[in-house]
Amino acid sequence: MATETSTKMALAKAINESLRRALEADPKVLVMGEDVGKLGGVFRVTDGLQKDFGESRVIDTPLAESGIVGTAIGLALRGYRPVVEIQFDGFVFPAYDQIVTQLAKMHARSLGKVKLPVVIRIPYGGGIGAVEHHSESPEALFAHVAGLKIVTPSNSSDAYWMMQQAIQSDDPVIFFEPKRRYWDKGEVNTEAIPGPLHKAQVVREGTDLTLVAYGPMVKTCLEVADAAAEEGRNLEVLDLRSVSPLDFDAIQASVEKTRRLVVVHEAPVFFGSGAEIAARITERCFYHLEAPVLRVGGYHAPYPPARIEEEYLPGLDRVLDAVDRALAY
Amino acid sequence: MTVESTAARKPRRSAGTRKSPSTEPELVQLLTPEGKRVKNAAYDKYVAGITPDELRGLYRDMVLTRRFDAEATSLQRQGELGLWASLLGQEAAQIGSGRATREDDYVFPTYREHGVAWCRGVPPENLLGMFRGVNNGGWDPNSNNFQLYTIVIGSQTLHATGYAMGITKDGADSAVIAYFGDGASSQGDVAESFTFSAVYNAPVVFFCQNNQWAISEPTEKQTRVPLYQRAQGFGFPGVRVDGNDVLACLAVTKWALERARSGEGPTLVEAFTYRMGAHTTSDDPTRYRGDEERQAWEAKDPILRLRRYLEASNHADEGFFAELEAESEALGKRVREAVRAMPDPDRFAIFEHAYADGHALVDEERAQFAAYQASFTDGEGA
Ligand SMILES: Cc1ncc(C[n+]2csc(CCOP(=O)(O)OP(=O)(O)O)c2C)c(N)n1
Repeated sequence: MATETSTKMALAKAINESLRRALEADPKVLVMGEDVGKLGGVFRVTDGLQKDFGESRVIDTPLAESGIVGTAIGLALRGYRPVVEIQFDGFVFPAYDQIVTQLAKMHARSLGKVKLPVVIRIPYGGGIGAVEHHSESPEALFAHVAGLKIVTPSNSSDAYWMMQQAIQSDDPVIFFEPKRRYWDKGEVNTEAIPGPLHKAQVVREGTDLTLVAYGPMVKTCLEVADAAAEEGRNLEVLDLRSVSPLDFDAIQASVEKTRRLVVVHEAPVFFGSGAEIAARITERCFYHLEAPVLRVGGYHAPYPPARIEEEYLPGLDRVLDAVDRALAY
Repeated sequence: MTVESTAARKPRRSAGTRKSPSTEPELVQLLTPEGKRVKNAAYDKYVAGITPDELRGLYRDMVLTRRFDAEATSLQRQGELGLWASLLGQEAAQIGSGRATREDDYVFPTYREHGVAWCRGVPPENLLGMFRGVNNGGWDPNSNNFQLYTIVIGSQTLHATGYAMGITKDGADSAVIAYFGDGASSQGDVAESFTFSAVYNAPVVFFCQNNQWAISEPTEKQTRVPLYQRAQGFGFPGVRVDGNDVLACLAVTKWALERARSGEGPTLVEAFTYRMGAHTTSDDPTRYRGDEERQAWEAKDPILRLRRYLEASNHADEGFFAELEAESEALGKRVREAVRAMPDPDRFAIFEHAYADGHALVDEERAQFAAYQASFTDGEGA
C-alpha cells in the first residue's frame, strides 16, 4: 500500500531518485559519463541531476570508456565515490582492461589499504529492438573476475535501494540495469530498506519447481509462473539480485523445498551464470534433486538482429518448455 | 610572464559554450557559402582539371544522398526502420572525400557514412538492413572495398591502420581512408591508430567529420585544441577543411590520399561541418542545443553552395535540376519499396555464420532449437 514515503515510479526514475539522494547525502558522490549531464543520459536516468548538482558533481565526460573508468579509479583513490555510466552493454569493453586489471584488483594488491567505491552502471539486455552492441548481457564476463560485485535489480524498489547500497559499498560494483524494464512502474518505499545487497529474494512462493532469474528475466519468470499456475503447477520464483556474490543458500533452500531448478538468463548459456548455479546446486543438493538443473538462455551465437531477437531471448514458451522437461523426470 | 600564467588568468569559458568562429583556425575553402570560387595556392591543383560534368556529378551525388537520407528518416518514423543515423549537413564532407578515393582504395566507415557508401557504389538499400533489424551489416565489404559500418566508437580506425600496413607489406600503392567523428577522437583506439600509422608509415587518411556534437556533447567536451592539430604530436600532418565545401573536401582528400600512395604516410583531415539533425532518430537535440546554431549552419548548406556556383558559372541549367529532382523522387520510391519488401530473417539465421569452420556447440543448439520449434503445431517451426 502506498504510504507517504512510498510512490509508484518507473525503474529508471527510481535509479534517478536514488542517485539524487546519494548526491544530496554525500558531497563525495559523483555521477560521470557520456551525455549524463544536459541530456540526462540516453535513457534519461540522470535527468535533471546536472541542473541541480552542477557540472562538478554530474560530469559529462569525453567519449572514452577506458578514460571514464580509469579516472573514476583515480577519483576514488582521492576519496570520491564515482558512479559512472556506460551508455550501453556493448560499449563497456574499451573499459574492460581498467575494470578487470585495475579496479577489481587494487584492494587486494594494496593488502586492503585501498578502497575503490566505484559504481559502474550499465544498461543491459535485449528486447528493445536495438542495433548491434545494444542488447548484450555480459555479466558472466565480469563475474569471473574476483574483486567485483555484480548486481542487477528487477524492479523499482530494488533499483532504488540497491543503488544506495552499491554507492555505499567500499568495493567496486557493476550495476547492470535491465533496460527493457526501465519503463516498468513499481512501488518504491524510500524508508523501508530491503534486505542486503547480496541477498536473493523469493518473489513468488511455490512448491513444484524453482525458477531462478535476475534482472530482466524476473518479470518473464513471474509470467511463466502465472501461466504454469493455470496448468495447476506451483512454481517458486527466486530473484537473485546479485550475480556476484551469488546467494547459493537461498537457491539451496528453495531447491530443497521444490526439488527442481530451472535457471533463466538472457546471456548465452555456455559458460554463463546458469552453469555456475547448476554446478554448485548439484553439489549442494544432489540428493534433493529430482531432475537435472536446466538452463534457459541465449545461444552460442552473436546477438541476432532485432527482427529475430525474440527467438533468441528466453520467452514464456521456452521457459515453460524447460519447466515441462524438468517436471517430466 | 610565461605562456602558462597568461593562460591561467584568462577567464575560463564555461563548459558547453561555443567558440566564436573568429577564434577558429583557418579552413581550406574553395567555394564560399555564397558559391564563389576562391583561390587556394596549395589545393587548387587537385581540382584544376575538374569538368562541368564532374561538378554536376558532385551535385547530383549530394542531392541523391540527401534524398536517400530523408527517405530513411521518414521510414524510421513510419516504423519501417528501428533507428536511423542521418547525415544531413555532412553531404559535402562525404561526397568530396568519397569521390577522392580510387577503386582499389579501402574505406572504413562509422555508421553514418551513407554518402561515402554511395560513392563506392554500395546500393543504398544494403545500408538499411541493420537499421531495420534484419541483419548486423549484411554486405560484402570486399565487393566495393567498403567495410561494414562500425558502431563501437573508434574501433575501425585501428582496422584501417592495419589494412594500410598490409598494403605497404604487399608493395601496393592503394590507400585507406578511415572515417570517425569528433567524439571518437577521445577514444584510446583512435590515439593508438595514430601511433601505429605514424610508426609504420601506413598509407591511411584519417577523415574526421567534426560535426560539432557527439550526441549531446559539444566538441569542447572532447578536446581543447582544434582536432586537426592532434596529428602534429603523432608526427604527421593535419589539416582542417571546410566540411560543407565539396570541392575543398575533394581536393584535400586527394592530396592526402596521394601522400599516402607515394609513401609519405598518414594524414589527418578534419572536415569542419555540422550535424543538422538529431544524432539518431532516438535523440532529442532540443535538450542540449538551440535553433540559432542550426540556422547559422543552414546558411552554409553544402548543396545550396554548389548550386549557386553551378548557376553562376552556367554549368547547369533548369533542365538539369528538374531531371535531378525526378531522379531523387525515383530513388526515394525505390528505397521505400525495397525496405518494405525486406523480409525478416529466417529464425535459423541466429546460428548462421557464428563460425566459419562450424562448431559442435552451435550445431547442437541449432538442432535443439529445431526440435523445439517442431514441437509446436505442424509447420510453424519449419
Ligand atoms: C565505445 C562506444 N561508446 C559509446 C557509444 C554510444 N554512442 C554512439 S554514437 C556516439 C557519439 C559519437 O559522436 P562522434 O564520434 O562525434 O560521431 P557522430 O555520431 O557525431 O558522427 C556515442 C556516444 C558507442 N557507440 N560506442
